[in-house]
Formats: sequence, C-alpha cells, structure tokens
Amino acid sequence: MTNTIRFKIKRQDSPDSSPYWQEFEIPYKAGHNVVSALMVIRETPVTRDGKKVKPVVWECNCMEEVCGACTMLINGEVKQSCSALIDDLDQPIVLEPMSKFPVVRDLMVDRNRMFENLKKSKAWVDIDGSWDIHEGAPRISQEEWDRTYIFSRCITCGSCLEVCPQFDKDNDFMGAQIIAQVYLKNTHPTGKFKSADRLHALMGKGGIAECGNAQNCVEVCPKEIPLTTAIGDVGRQVTFQVLKDWFGK
Amino acid sequence: MSEKRIIVVGGGLGGLWATLRIAEAGIPVDLFSLFEVKRSHSACAQGGINACMDTKGDRDTTWQHIVDTIKGGGYLGNQPPIKTMCEEAPGLVRTFERMGVTFSRTAEGIMDLRHFGGVKNMRTCFAGASTGQQLLYGVDEQVRRYEDMGVVKKYEWWEFLSVVKNDEGSCRGITAMDLRTMKVYSFKADAVVLATGGLGLIYGRSTNSTNSTGAAASRVYQQGAEFMNGEFIQFHPTGMPGDDKNRLMTEAARGEGGRIWVPKDPKNSRDPMQIPEEDRFYFLEEWYPAFGNTVPRDVASRAIWKVVKHMGLGLRGEDRVYLDLTHLDRHFIETRLGAILDIYQTFSGQDPREVPMEIFPATHYSMGGLWVDFEKDETTNAMVHHSPRNHQTSIPGLFACGECDGAYHGANRLGANSLLSASFSGRVVGESASIYVKGMQKKSKDIKDSAFEFERQRQEGINDGLMKCDGTENAYTLHKELGELMTKKVSVERNNDELDHALEELKNLEERSHHLDLGDSQTWSNTTLQYARQVQDMIVLAQVIAKGARLRDECRGAHYKAGFDIAIPEGKFPGDPEWDEYVVKWKANNEKWLKSTIAKHTEDGPEISYREVDTSVFPVEKPRDYR
Ligand SMILES: Cc1cc2nc3c(=O)[nH]c(=O)nc-3n(C[C@H](O)[C@H](O)[C@H](O)COP(=O)(O)OP(=O)(O)OC[C@H]3O[C@@H](n4cnc5c(N)ncnc54)[C@H](O)[C@@H]3O)c2cc1C
Ligand code: SF4
Repeated sequence: MTNTIRFKIKRQDSPDSSPYWQEFEIPYKAGHNVVSALMVIRETPVTRDGKKVKPVVWECNCMEEVCGACTMLINGEVKQSCSALIDDLDQPIVLEPMSKFPVVRDLMVDRNRMFENLKKSKAWVDIDGSWDIHEGAPRISQEEWDRTYIFSRCITCGSCLEVCPQFDKDNDFMGAQIIAQVYLKNTHPTGKFKSADRLHALMGKGGIAECGNAQNCVEVCPKEIPLTTAIGDVGRQVTFQVLKDWFGK
Repeated sequence: MSEKRIIVVGGGLGGLWATLRIAEAGIPVDLFSLFEVKRSHSACAQGGINACMDTKGDRDTTWQHIVDTIKGGGYLGNQPPIKTMCEEAPGLVRTFERMGVTFSRTAEGIMDLRHFGGVKNMRTCFAGASTGQQLLYGVDEQVRRYEDMGVVKKYEWWEFLSVVKNDEGSCRGITAMDLRTMKVYSFKADAVVLATGGLGLIYGRSTNSTNSTGAAASRVYQQGAEFMNGEFIQFHPTGMPGDDKNRLMTEAARGEGGRIWVPKDPKNSRDPMQIPEEDRFYFLEEWYPAFGNTVPRDVASRAIWKVVKHMGLGLRGEDRVYLDLTHLDRHFIETRLGAILDIYQTFSGQDPREVPMEIFPATHYSMGGLWVDFEKDETTNAMVHHSPRNHQTSIPGLFACGECDGAYHGANRLGANSLLSASFSGRVVGESASIYVKGMQKKSKDIKDSAFEFERQRQEGINDGLMKCDGTENAYTLHKELGELMTKKVSVERNNDELDHALEELKNLEERSHHLDLGDSQTWSNTTLQYARQVQDMIVLAQVIAKGARLRDECRGAHYKAGFDIAIPEGKFPGDPEWDEYVVKWKANNEKWLKSTIAKHTEDGPEISYREVDTSVFPVEKPRDYR
C-alpha cells in the first residue's frame, strides 16, 4: 500500500473558461473518502510539483449520501464523492465535474434543470392546505409501501442523467429521475387524482418518448431505485392517457 | 396576492413550513438558501418524528408527550409552546402523510410507530430510516407547487449576511450574497424569518451537514438579537467517528434492541464476536436497569464518556465503544434500520450485521438558539394561535424557527422531537409573520433606500476587506482549531478551568480570524470567501456557548459540570431520608438555576443575563431518575 493518495483534478475557473488539470498528493490515512481528502487539499492547495494554487471548489452538504450534492466523476464513473472510499479507488484518482450539466467552477455544476423539471412534471400531491383535516392519507399496504418507498429516496443527484445517452446539455429530455417521481406520485392513493397532468407533462418535447431504453440509469443510481420499472410502467400510463385523450376522457 | 412580502432564510423543514404557510395566506415569499433547499440538512434525520398517535396499545397520551418533553429538557423549556407543539403533533404528522410522505406501515396499512430513546411509549412515526429526507421532500414539493404558481420565489445559492432595520429598529429586509458572483444585494421585506438550522460545525466535526454553521444566527445576534441557552449542546451517544464528519448511528439502533458494551478487560483485543458474554460490560444495562440501552442521550453520552475517559475501557484505548446489532434478526433490522446499516457499511467498509459497530459521542444538536417570544393563553396555558408575537425574536419583525431558535428543548432534546419542533415552529412562524405583516401600516416598499444601501455597502466592505487582506491565517485551519478547542473543552463534561481557558483561546481565534489569507483572489464562486465569513461568525457564537457554560455552575440536561453534580444517593429511593435531603438540594438548585440564559452581543463578547422560565403547565416537582 502506498503512503500517499494521488489525485488528478480537472479544474475550471468559470463556466466560460477552459478546463485544465492539476495533480495533488496528500498523506495516506485509513478511512479517507474523496470529500475528506478534498478537505485536506483545500486547506493546503499545493500541487504535486509544489505550486500554490487556488483551493479546489466542489459541492457537498450531508456527507451521508442523502443530499445529492457531491456528485462527480471519479475515475470516470459518476459517484457521490462522500461515499467513495479511497481504499476502493485506483490512483491517481481522477476527479472531473459531471459532464451533462454546466460547470460553475472546478467540480461544481449547476443542476437547476432537474429542479425545473420537477416543477414541469408536477411531482407533488395536491393537498387542500397544510392544516389538519383530522384524517391522514388513505391506508397503504406494507407490500405497496415496499414497492414505492424506494422511489421516495431519490436525492436529485443526476447520476442517472449523467450516464443517459439521450440526456444532453442542449436538449430537453427529462430523464429517469423525473419519470421515477411521476411514477411515485401517480401511485400514491390521492396523488393519482392528478395523474393525467403529470402524464401530459411527459408527452411532449423532452418527454418519455425520448427514452432510448439504454438502461444505464438503473446501473448507477446510488439509491438503487428500479428506474427501468418506473420507465416501463409510466410508459404504459402515457400510452393509456394518449388513448383516453383521443376518445375524449 | 398581498402587496406585502416576507423573506424566509433557510429551506430546511423549518423554513419550508414557514414558506408554505405564508404562501397559503396569499403573501409572496422570497426564499433564500445556500443551495437547492431539497439538499438541506433536515434530509439527514433518520429516526423519526414524535406524535402521540396511540396506535400501539400503550395508552399513550398527549399529556405524556408534554411531560416527557418538559422533563427531558430539564424543565428549562418554556412550557406553553411545548404544550401546543405536542397537542398539534398528530395533526401535523397527518398533514405530512397527506403530502405523500412514505411513512412506514403496519399490516393494517396505517402509520407504524416505534420506540425512541428515553420514552417508554411508542410515539415515533418513521419512514424507513430516512424520515427527515421524506418529511423534507413532502414540504419541498408543496413549496414547489407554490413556486409554480408564482407565489414563492427561490433564491438558491445565496447567503444571508445581515438584516436591515428601519429607523425604529424593526427588521425590514436583509442583505445577501450571490454565491456565484459574490456580489452583495439588499432585499426589502415586511418581515423576515430565519430558519437557518443548527450550529454543529462550531465543533468542527459533528453529525451535522456543512450548512449547520450557526453563522446566520450569529450574524443577527451580532446585530442585537438575543441568543438563548447557548451552552446546551446535545452530544449524540452513537456517532461514528470520521475525518469529514461524525456520522450518526440513529438512536433507533438502541430503540430496536442494539446493545452498547466494551470488553471488561481493556487489553482484550480479541475479535468482538469471539468475546463471550461474561467478558462483556453492558454498562448501560447494568447502571440503568429500568431503561437499559434506551436511556436518554445525555445519560448515554456521559456513561460512554465515563467508561472511556475515566475507566479507561475504550476499545484499543481509543475513544470508541461497541454498539452491537449482531444478535438481532437480520430481516427485522434491515427493514427498520436499513439506512444506518448502509451508512456504516458504506463509510467503514464493515457490515454491522456481522460485527458490532464502533461509536463515540458526537456533537449533534443545539437546544439553544435565538430567543423567541410567544403569547400565552392564560386559561389554557397554551400558545395563542396566530399571535404575531409567536416566534418573534428580540428584533421586531425578525422571526426564527427550526433548530436556530431555542424554544422547545430546554436543556436537552428528546429523540425525534426536533423534526417535530422544526416543522411545528415553521408552521407557527408562517402564521405569526403573516398576521404581523397584515397588521402593518407602512409597507417596506415605502422605506427609504438609504438604510438598505448603507448596510449593503457595509457588507460589501467586509468582503473587500477579506479579499484584500494579506494576513497569514488560513480559514480552514482556523475552523479546525476552533472545532478541536470546543470538542476538548466545551463538550460532554465541562469544568471551569477549562472553560476559562477556552474563552481566552476563543478571543485569540477571533483576533486571528481578522488576519486571513484567502489564497483565492477570484471573484467568481469563491467558496473560501464564503467559508472565511462563516468561520469568523462561528467564533463569535462559540463564545456564547462557552460563556454560558462557564457561568452555569450546575448540571442540567446536556450541560454537565463535574463538581456541581447533585448526584442521586446510591441505593436510596423516595422515603429514605437521604433521598429527601437530595430533593431539598435539588430544589434549591432549581431556585437558582432554573432560568434561561440570555446572551447579548457586546464588543467585549457576550453579556449574559437570566430570564424566568414559564413552568405553568407542569410545575417542577421531582427529579428525573433513570435507574
Ligand atoms: C444526523 C442527524 C440525524 C437526525 N435525526 C433526527 C431524527 O431522527 N428526529 C428528529 O426529530 N431530529 C433529528 N435530527 C435533528 C433535525 O434533523 C434538525 O434539527 C432539523 O432538521 C433542523 O431543521 P431546520 O429546518 O432548522 O434546519 P436545516 O434543515 O439545517 O436547514 C437550514 C437551511 O438554512 C439554510 N441556510 C443556512 N445558513 C444560511 C445562510 N447564511 N443564508 C441562506 N441560507 C442559509 C440552508 O441552506 C438550509 O436550507 C437529526 C440531526 C442530525 C444531524
Ligand atoms: S433516480 Fe437515482 S440516480 Fe437519478 S437523480 Fe435520483 S437518486 Fe440520483
């Protein structure tokens, strides 16, 4: 085992400037993950050839794989950097920003599009108001819960979109993340009242028809969400909805 | 839509609830957050949210929830807000359920309940082991609905810097920094709600997310808002020590049957699975037979501290003990505790189904926070609904909710009570701030621009100063030093010598924090500038914690000062004369110390005074006894 950890980091000062590479080396310590190593680098940002440089910029918040902030490409694979243990990675560890979203600076990208799409697809349950109506939601069986709970774990990290051949910086495709959320809301006993609205959002440009069925998404989802199941199911729902719309109800 | 506007700073559970309630009242909201609100720290909460649903045959009552919260908090919480919170908890949880939150189910399809530390009845609703994430998403989705309707405008990737006051000293807006361009702007509002979360990062590594710096609370404290009970910090007994953060192994692990132990012989370095029962010291079960492993957090943290620091029984001589799940049914723990099994395995590389986890107390939750007002109904002792006083800070027009207020948990917080208080207080603030602005004559729109421009320039000046400063100090290193100091000297066990020393050191750190070298002169997305400002403000707030602790010569809840412990006489119970003597001492101590600590900012550090606690709901009668 080596007694240092080596990094090759792709840096970029601003959205419009050109990227460049820098290498760093820090002392080995058991238990390091990519975020904790980046913290060491940020404190003393000196490259392997001894040049003092600007601290590396990246995004992280919870460091428990539940906020979705710290997603990046690690040795070419999209991952949450907080849970990427150094011991599991080949060195030099190559860090790059996600490629499907505009770079803000260094490893930080702008994923606003995912949140805009949550809006477009109306991924919520319409409630009358946030006051108590003295009853809860309709009952949900344990089996149903088992099937749907996993979809509520989506952390909006964008990994599924990063590996999707159809999802591009310059197109409108919404991708697996949104389809999974539509599935979740359309399955909920009261959420399903507004299914049609969500399905309509998935019909036009950027909708589910643009899915090329490459199935990469399901391979990389850190929450192991059965995305292809959702895509299949919502695909059928959309087809039915098209027919319903045709026959006027 | 109303002509008035309200600013909400923070989009965790507290801020989102506030936003939702204000939007429902037809008042437009500008919602500020360091990043997309959906990534807020609230997502981290695993265990659950308390509400007396009484569906488990425990004959649980709301009254019992109230009493547990009051007693758990060492009687230091003002009781009317606590009462109302517990009364409204079931309705709040039902509302979450209607939002589509995926609560775990019983075979009959209703919400399941579980045990949670320190409480005998099953009262905790949960969604797998990701309750906070699910609750956060529930309100996030509702707020997005209002965003879609144009009632809510989000400012994500913005950092709140200060409030702007009018001539009468009322808050009528804020300044904030665009975290891309790093430029400072001012914003007008008829009321401002602060919901910026906890302050765990003052301890360097904690269980908290990086948003929990306390910097925003510190900023309004420096502008005159009173800070309450700062010294009360909860140390979670079961943290998994790490280099970037200490990951929390939820209390549910103890609630569902996890056992804490160390080898009786500290030199016993055998594989834990090979150590026979008789060589294991299950110290919680031995010392607290009634509650065993489910004693409240402060009791558990101190017991672990004692076993490691005083008895020298830490694993391999390190700050660690075992939290053991290996005896439990695999399927059972997988469904109940899936998320922490994953977390532990992911971050340590070991499987907690096969080997006991290694844990140690970690800084977890701040009971203290901005002082907030409430209006009491004298006949019911509950909080008056829709009173504009509720959750207003000592700066008129500035409200606070969530972990950054100090209203509900007194000297200690019960597990699963803070998702409740964050949500409930957010909802209350939404109502009180709406009423407050509706009753206002003058609209903020009509206030002169000069006050706003003055404050904006002042804040920009701070940024310029930092950018130009050619000092020698490193913001990241300073933060580390701050964390180490606080963890060593202002933590699970405190003493006055160390606290004096800590206060001196904090002054030093404060001085040094004005001689920084950012090492980054770029104006675009300069996270070091942001960090530096946070560190400066953290050091100021750390002094509130340390000073409060230094002056409070007693033990209460999470604040434990060796030498001032009025210990329960061993083997004595009510009826024994020793017990009665103990109760007399305990009462005398309450006379003196059952008071909220109030800190006010001065140039020379915090000025501390004490304020009466409203104990009208459940007067102080007898001490806690967890034996
Ligand atoms: C690991 C862990 C597990 C927990 N588990 C439980 C549990 O099971 N049950 C329970 O009841 N409680 C639990 N808690 C406590 C609970 O999660 C928190 O107290 C609660 O979520 C706090 O919510 P909040 O809305 O106050 O703040 P947060 O969720 O922290 O949100 C703060 C918001 O403020 C914003 N913000 C901060 N500063 C600024 C600024 N300067 N400018 C602009 N925006 C700013 C952030 O962007 C963020 O949106 C847990 C805590 C931790 C650490
Ligand atoms: S579906 Fe999975 S991969 Fe896609 S955004 Fe959600 S958590 Fe990330």
